Amino acid sequence: MTTGQPRRLPHGGRIDRDTVLTFTVDDVTYTGHPGDTVASALLANGRIRVGDSMYRGRPRGIMAAWSEEPNALLQIGGDRSEPTVPATTRELVDGLTAATISGVGALDPAADDAVYDKRYAHTDVLVIGAGPAGLAAALSAAASDARVMLVDEQSEPGGSLLASRRETVDGRPALDWVAGAAATLAAAPEVTVLTRTVAVGSYDDNYVLALERRTDHLGAAAPPAMSRERVWHIRARQVVLATGAHERPLVFAGNDRPGVMLAGAVRTYLNRYAVRIGDRVVVATTNDSAYDTVEDLCAAGIDVVAVLDARDVLSRRAYEIESRGGVRVLQTSTVCQTEADPDTGALRAVRVGTLGHDDSVSCWETLPCDLLAVSGGWTPVIHLHTHRRGAQRWDDRWAAFVPDGAVRDQQVAGAAAGAVTLHECLRSGATAGAEAATRAGFPARPLDVDGTDSLAEVDPARALWLVPGDDGGPADWNEHFVDLQRDQTVADVWRATGAGMRSIEHVKRYTSIGTAHDQGRTSGVNTAALVALALDGPGVAEVGTTSHRPPYSPVSFAALAGRERGDLFDPERTTPIHPWHVEHGAVFEVVGQWSRARYYPRRGEDMDAAVDRECRQARTGVAMMDASTLGKIEVTGPDAGEFLNRIYTNAFAKLAVGSARYGVMCTLDGMIFDDGVSVRLAEDRFFMTTTTGGAAGVLDWLEEWLQTEWPDLRVYCTSGTEQWATIAVVGPQARGVVARVAPRLDVSRDAFPFMTFRETTLASGVPARICRISFSGELAYEINVAGWYGLAVWQQVYEAGADLGITPYGTETMHVLRAEKGYPIVGQDTDGTVTPHDAGMSWVVSTRKDFVGRRSLSRPDTRRADRKHLVGVLPADRTTVLPEGTQLVAAGTTLDDRPVPMLGHVTSSYRSAALGRPFGLALIDGGRERIGEVLLAPVGQRLVEVEVAPTVLYDAEGTRRDG
Amino acid sequence: MLLLTCPWCGPRDETEYRYGGQAHVPHPEDPSALSDEEWAEYLFFRDNPSGPFAERWCHSVGCRRWFNVVRDTRTYEILAVYTGAAPDSSIGRSGDSSIGAHA
Repeated sequence: MTTGQPRRLPHGGRIDRDTVLTFTVDDVTYTGHPGDTVASALLANGRIRVGDSMYRGRPRGIMAAWSEEPNALLQIGGDRSEPTVPATTRELVDGLTAATISGVGALDPAADDAVYDKRYAHTDVLVIGAGPAGLAAALSAAASDARVMLVDEQSEPGGSLLASRRETVDGRPALDWVAGAAATLAAAPEVTVLTRTVAVGSYDDNYVLALERRTDHLGAAAPPAMSRERVWHIRARQVVLATGAHERPLVFAGNDRPGVMLAGAVRTYLNRYAVRIGDRVVVATTNDSAYDTVEDLCAAGIDVVAVLDARDVLSRRAYEIESRGGVRVLQTSTVCQTEADPDTGALRAVRVGTLGHDDSVSCWETLPCDLLAVSGGWTPVIHLHTHRRGAQRWDDRWAAFVPDGAVRDQQVAGAAAGAVTLHECLRSGATAGAEAATRAGFPARPLDVDGTDSLAEVDPARALWLVPGDDGGPADWNEHFVDLQRDQTVADVWRATGAGMRSIEHVKRYTSIGTAHDQGRTSGVNTAALVALALDGPGVAEVGTTSHRPPYSPVSFAALAGRERGDLFDPERTTPIHPWHVEHGAVFEVVGQWSRARYYPRRGEDMDAAVDRECRQARTGVAMMDASTLGKIEVTGPDAGEFLNRIYTNAFAKLAVGSARYGVMCTLDGMIFDDGVSVRLAEDRFFMTTTTGGAAGVLDWLEEWLQTEWPDLRVYCTSGTEQWATIAVVGPQARGVVARVAPRLDVSRDAFPFMTFRETTLASGVPARICRISFSGELAYEINVAGWYGLAVWQQVYEAGADLGITPYGTETMHVLRAEKGYPIVGQDTDGTVTPHDAGMSWVVSTRKDFVGRRSLSRPDTRRADRKHLVGVLPADRTTVLPEGTQLVAAGTTLDDRPVPMLGHVTSSYRSAALGRPFGLALIDGGRERIGEVLLAPVGQRLVEVEVAPTVLYDAEGTRRDG
Repeated sequence: MLLLTCPWCGPRDETEYRYGGQAHVPHPEDPSALSDEEWAEYLFFRDNPSGPFAERWCHSVGCRRWFNVVRDTRTYEILAVYTGAAPDSSIGRSGDSSIGAHA
C-alpha cells in the first residue's frame, strides 16, 4: 500500500510496495518502500526542496539520482550520526532520521564503535561498473576459467538499465536480461560480484581500492558483529572500467531552483522509483538522450509542455518524438530564465529563448511548469582512468572528454569510453571483457549480445556552455550557477580569469569549484568550457579538466583504519619479564614498539622521587634492570671479525675471544648511526648488541653491506633479540648478588675483569652468559639467559639481593645514570648530524684502518671547528631542570634581537642525586672550546644561566666500575 | 602500489620491499684515494633519468635479499628484475645509456 506518498505512481518501479517504511527528515515523518533512496522517497512524498545553499542561502532541490547530487545532503541521525550523506545514495531503512543541511554536516564527536574491516583479493579480471557494458564484460570474461570480480556501487546490478523502460537486450526486456546475467554470474564459481561497492582509487599495477557498504541498508536488522564497511584491496591482472557517464546541467540564469533536475534523473525517478515529480514538465536539451525521458513522461500520462532543443537541425530522434504528436519540440531553443514561487522557492515557469549561432539568445515566451528536466550532454566517468594518468581527448561530436587509449592492462568500455547507444555499450563491454580474460591467460570470445534502444542512430550534440543573461556581461551573471554545492557562478569564473588565472587548476583553487563533496561531477567540464570562453583563445580541449585524485567517493577514516585501532593500532612488544614489572606497579613507556618499565613508584612517590631512590640505590647498593629489549645479533662466519672491523669505527678484528668491546657505527656520511657492545664468543662468532630502537635497522644495514658490497665475506647475521633475556645487576654490591646467583663463577675482580664475559650455569641450573659491562659507571653485570628463563632468573636475582635491598629500576634511572657518565643515547643526543668526534668520542675512531664512513670524517664540513659538540650543561641556579630541546644562546643576548642567534640545544636533562643538582647534555657550536663558559637558556619567560661542562660529570676517573 | 617480482619469492606488493636507490654505484675500493669532490659525488649524487632506471630493492619483510630492477620512471613499468651485474642494453627495451652508468 502506498500511504501518504502523493507523487507515487500506482504501478511500476523497483520498489517493494508491500512493505512500508517510516522515516523522518527535518522532523517530518514520511513513508517509503524498500528499494527507495531517501531522495526517491522524499520525492514520492512530494518534497523536492532540501537544505538551502551553503553560502548564499538560496532554495535548492534534489537535482540528480546518484552521487553527482550537489544539493540534497543529509545529516543522518541516530546512534551513529553521519555528516554530509547524499540523500540520493542512501538507501531507505525503517526508522531512519535525518536533517537536511546546507553544504556542511557535523562530525559526531563520539567514538564510532561500528566494526570496519578490509579484505585483500586477487583476480584475473576486475570489472568496475555493472551497467550494460560491465555486465557484458563480466559475462564474456567469466565464460573462460578466469577469476572475475565485478563491483558496482549501487544496490543491484544494471546501471543505466535500472531506469530503462522500452530497452531490450537479445530481444528480452533489458531488466530481464540483467536478472539473467546476475544469476549467471552468481552461479559461476570463479566470479565474485560485489554490489554497494564503489571503486575509489586506482593505483600502480592494477591495485584498486574499493569500499563496500555492508550494513547501512539493513537498518535494525544488521547483525551486530558484521562489519559496517569493508575496504577491498584488489590486485587484478586486467581491469575493465565500465563506469558510465554523468549528465551535465545547463548554465543559465536561475538554473539552481528547486524543480530543475537532470533529465536522466527525472527518468530514473519515474521508471526505477515510480515517482511522478512534476505534472507539467519542460525539457531542455543539447542532445538526443533527453528524448527517452520525454517519451517515458508521455507514456506515464505526464504533460510535457515543450522540449527545448538547442540544436538547429531537428535530429532523427527529435523528429520521431515530435511526429507522434502531443509534444511541442522547439529547435534552436533553450531556457534563459526561471521563475519561482516567492513563498516556496519552487519552480513556477521558464522563459524560452532562441539561440543564435554565436550562442546569443533572445527570450520570447514564458512557459508555466513545475519541473524542468535539463541535459547539457554527458561526461564519461573516467576518474579511475586518470588516477593512473590515463590520457583523455576532447570529442567534438559528443562534446565530451573521452579516454584517449587505455592504461596498461586496462580497458575502458561503454559510456565511460564514449559509447552512446545501448548496443554500443554492450558490444564494447563484451569485447573488453573477452580481451581482458584473454590477456590474463584465459582465452575468451566476446559474448554475442544485441541491444536495442531508442538511440539506434544518434545525431551529434550541440555544445552549449552558457546561455547569456538578460543584460550585462558574464562578469555580472551571478545567478548562472556552475558548482551548486560551492555556490559558484559564471561571474566567479570570470572573476578568476580576470585575476589572471589561466590554468583550470588555478581557477579551481581560486573559486573552489569542484572541491565540494561531489568533487565537481556535474561542474568540471562546464567550468573548463567557461574558462575557455572567458580566455577567448584556447578551446575547451586545451583548457582540459582538473586532475582527478582518489578517492572517487568519500571514504571515512574509520573505514581506512579498519581494525587497526586501539590495541591493534601498533604491535606492542614486551619482554619475558614484563608480567613482573606489571605486578610491581611499574610505569611504562614506549620505546620503538617495546613497552619498557620507566620507573617503579612506591606508595606516594612521583617519578622524581622514584628515580631519585632508584639512582641512589644503584650508586650506593645494588639495583637491577630489565635490558632484554637491547637489539641482539649473532654475527657468525670465518670473516666475522673482518666484517665488524669494517662496520665499526674502532677495531674488532683482533678482539680476544671472551672479551667485549663497545663500538660505534656510522653511516657513509660519517654520522653516528648506532652503538653497542659486542662480545667475541669464538674466533668466528660475535654477539652484537644494538640500541633498542635500532635493532632492525642495524640488521638491515649489515645485510646490505654483506649482500651488495662484500658478498665475498663469509658472514651470516641472525637476529637474537627475542631469544635472549638480559638482566643488568648494577651497583657496588652487585658482585655479591651475582656470586649468589652464579656460584660456579669466579666473580672476583681479577678472574672476571671489566669488558669480558663468562659462560656459566646458574644455581638454578639455567645456562647463562654473563658480561661485565656498565652503562652506569658502576660495577655491573649483564646476565643473559634464554628468553623463556628470563622471568625465573629475574626473580632469582631479586631474591638473591633482597637482603641488600636490591631495587628494580627503569629506563628513566638508566638515562640519569648514563648521562651522569656522559654516555650518549643514539637518537636522543645524536640526530644524524653528529659524528663520533662531535660526540666527544674520538677515542672510538680508529686512525689505522678503514671503516664505513671514515672518508667522510675528513670532508671539509666534518672538519669544521665550529661544529656542534656534545657537552654537559649545568644550570647555575642548581634547581632548574632544563626542558629537553631548550635552546641555548650566548651571554648578553636579549630575546628582542630577532632572529635570536642560537648556539645549540639541550638533548638530555635530568635531576641528579649523585651531583646534587640538575644537569644535562647539549649540542653546542664549538662546545668543547666553551667548557666553563656561561650561556643563557630561555625557559618560559626566564633566562637561566647555564655553565658549559665536560660530558662526564660523575666519577670522571672511572674508579667505580670495578666496585 | 607497484607489484614487484622478488627473484626468490615471486610477485609481491611494494609495501613488502624497501627501496635502495640507484643500482650499480659501488662503494669505492679505496675511499682515501678520492678527492673531496669525488667522494661527495659518490656520497650525494645520483642519476634521476626520465625513463628506464636501474635501482636496488630489498625484499625486507620477505626473504630480505637485495636485487636490482629496471623501472621506467615515467610509466612505473618494471622492465627487468635481476641480481648481480647490470643487464645489457637489450634488456628492458631501453638501450638507454643511463642504465648502469656506474657499473
